[in-house]
Amino acid sequence: MLTRFLLLGLDKKAGVLLAVLALLAVAVPVMALGTAPDSPWHLSTHSVALMGKYLCFALLALALDLVWGYVGILSLGHAAFFTLGGYAMGMYLMRQIGPRGVYGNPILPDFMVFLNWKELPWYWHGFDQFWFAAVMVMLVPGALAFAFGWFAFRSRVTGVYLSIITQALTFALMLAFFRNDMGFGGNNGLTDFKEILGFDIQAPATRVGLFVATVVALAIGYILASSIVASKLGKVLVAVRDAESRVRFLGYETERYKLFAWTLSACMAGVAGALYVPQVGIINPSEFSPASSIEAVIWVAVGGRGTLAGAIIGAVLVNFGKSYFTAALPELWLFALGGLFVLVTLFLPKGILGLAAQLRQRLPSRGAVAAKPAGQKGV
Amino acid sequence: MSAEDTLLYLDGVSVSFDGFRALNSLSLLIEPGEMRAIIGPNGAGKTTMMDVITGKTRPDTGTILFEGKTDLTAMREAGIANLGIGRKFQRPTVFENHTVWDNLELALKAPRRPLKTLTYAVGRDDRLRIEEILDITRLSPKRERQAGSLSHGEKQWLEIGMLLAQDPKLLLVDEPVAGMTDAETEQTARLLKDIAGKHSVIVVEHDMVFVRELGVKVTVLHEGSVLAEGSLDAVSANQQVIDVYLGR
Ligand SMILES: Nc1ncnc2c1ncn2[C@@H]1O[C@H](COP(=O)(O)OP(=O)(O)OP(=O)(O)O)[C@@H](O)[C@H]1O
Ligand SMILES: [Mg+2]
Repeated sequence: MLTRFLLLGLDKKAGVLLAVLALLAVAVPVMALGTAPDSPWHLSTHSVALMGKYLCFALLALALDLVWGYVGILSLGHAAFFTLGGYAMGMYLMRQIGPRGVYGNPILPDFMVFLNWKELPWYWHGFDQFWFAAVMVMLVPGALAFAFGWFAFRSRVTGVYLSIITQALTFALMLAFFRNDMGFGGNNGLTDFKEILGFDIQAPATRVGLFVATVVALAIGYILASSIVASKLGKVLVAVRDAESRVRFLGYETERYKLFAWTLSACMAGVAGALYVPQVGIINPSEFSPASSIEAVIWVAVGGRGTLAGAIIGAVLVNFGKSYFTAALPELWLFALGGLFVLVTLFLPKGILGLAAQLRQRLPSRGAVAAKPAGQKGV
Repeated sequence: MSAEDTLLYLDGVSVSFDGFRALNSLSLLIEPGEMRAIIGPNGAGKTTMMDVITGKTRPDTGTILFEGKTDLTAMREAGIANLGIGRKFQRPTVFENHTVWDNLELALKAPRRPLKTLTYAVGRDDRLRIEEILDITRLSPKRERQAGSLSHGEKQWLEIGMLLAQDPKLLLVDEPVAGMTDAETEQTARLLKDIAGKHSVIVVEHDMVFVRELGVKVTVLHEGSVLAEGSLDAVSANQQVIDVYLGR
C-alpha cells in the first residue's frame, strides 16, 4: 500500500526533477573530492556549501508551497519553523564542541559561561545525543505549528488575518531569541561549531556529506509532498483552498485537513533549517525576521505556486541571483527582489512553471497537461 | 404528529440579521421519505432556512431536530453533513479546479478523516457508483473536464450528482433548475422524483411548471414564516398567497 501511495505522485515532471537530484548527488561528490583543485571540473568547498544552502531553501519553499499552493494558507512566518529546526541542530552542534570552547567548559557552551550560568538549562539536556536532536528538529516546529494551527483553524481565521498572525509569530520568536536570558546565545546565536557525528565540520568530505544529505532530504520531501497532493487527501486540500465552506457541507472537517498539511509542512521546514545550520556554520535570531519568510513566499511565486517542482526551481534561481547580486551590486538586491516579485505577479501569475506549461500548450505536437492553477476562494 | 416520527422538525426558528428578521418563528415538519416543495417570493427566507438546517447560520431561537432526536442547532457543518443531510446551493458551487470525476469522488460516501482519505483508492464499487451517477447526470463524456469549464446547467447537474454520491437521508435542493432549458427542467423533475421515496427531499424553486411537475405538498414561505401549506392548486387558490405574489 505504501508503494502504491508513493508511486501515486510520480509523473514525468517528478521523474525529471528526481533525476536531476540524483545526478547532483553523484556529480558533486566526484567533482569536489575526486578532482584536482586546479582542474576546471573542480568544485570548491565554498561552492558545495553554497549549493547545499540553496537546496535547504528549496526544501523550505517546498514546505511553503504545500500549504500555500495547495491549501491556500499564505504563511508569512515559515522561516520560524525553519529557524527552530536550525536551533535544534545548532544546540546539538554546540554540545559537540565540548571542552574545545574558549572557556574550556566541558558541558556549558561559551555564551553560558560568559553569562555566569552554573548549570545547563533543562531544555538543553539531551541535545548531546544526535538522535534526540534529530527528533527535536521536527518535533519542536511540528508541535508549535500544531498548537498554532489548532487555535487558528478552529476559530476559522483565514486569509489576510491568518497571514498576519503567522508574521506576528515569527516576529515574536525573533524578539524572544534576541534575549540573552532565553539561553540560546542572544543576538550572536549559536556558532563556532567543530564536529558533527564525530566528523570535522570544516572538512571537504563532511561538506560533501552534508550536501548529499540535503539532496536526499529534498528528494524525500518532494516524493512525500507529490504523493500527498496526488492522493484523495490532496484533492480535499485543493477543494479547501478553492471553496472551504463547500467542503464542510460534504462532511469533511476542514480544520483537520489544514492542521495535517500545516504541521507536516512545519516539520519539513524544520528539517531544512537543521541541514542549513551545519553548512553555513551559524544560526542566529535574524533568521526569524519577517523578511526571511517573505523571501520564501517570493521564491514560490517565482517558481510557480501550487506546482511543488516550481517552488524548488524558484528557490534555487532566486537565491542564485541573490548571491550574484549581493556580490556585484549589494545595495540593489532588495530592489531587484521587490521588482522581481512585482513582475512575476503581474506577468507570470503561475510562475516559471506556469509559463513553461503555457508555452508547451502553444506547441500542438506535445500534449502536455497544464499545471493546475491556484484558484480563488469561493462560496 | 410528534417530533419522534419526523425526519426533520423545525419549531419556532427565528434568525435576525442586524435586526432584520429573515426567519420569523418558522415551523416545519418533514416525514421520512417525503418530498416537499418550498416556494415564496424573493427574500422570503428559503435559503436562510437551509442555512440554519445545515449549520451555516445559527438560529437565535427555536428547535431543529433531525430524526426526532439530534439537535442540529448545537452542531457544526461537517457533523450535520455526516448525519446524512446533503445540500445543493442556489448558486451552483462545485470545485472548479477539479475534474467532474474528482468532484464526484470527493462527494462520494466514504470515510471523511484525513488518514482515511490519504490512503484511499477508488475500489470497484466506488467506480461503478461514480459511473452510474455520470450516466444519470449525462456528464459521462465530460468526466475529465475541469468543473470550472462546465456550463451553468451542467454545474447544476454536477452538484445534483454530488448530492447523489453523498447518499444523504435528507436532500436540501435550492433552485435546481435555474438556468436550465425546459427539457432539462423536466429531466431534473424526473430525477428528483426518482430520488424521493428512498430519501427525503426539500426543494426550493420559483419555477411553477417545475413545482407542478413534482406534484408534491407545497409550503409557501413569506417574511420568514409559513404562509400556507397544501397541494399546489390549493395554495394557488389561497387569497393570502395571491396577495403576496401580486403585491410584489
Ligand atoms: N448573511 C446575511 N446577512 C444579512 N442579511 C441576510 C443574510 N442572508 C440573508 N439575508 C437576508 O435575509 C432575507 C432572506 O434571504 P434568503 O436568501 O433566505 O431569501 P430567499 O427566500 O432564499 O430568496 P431568493 O428567492 O431570492 O433566493 C433577505 O432579505 C436577505 O437579504
Ligand atoms: Mg434563496
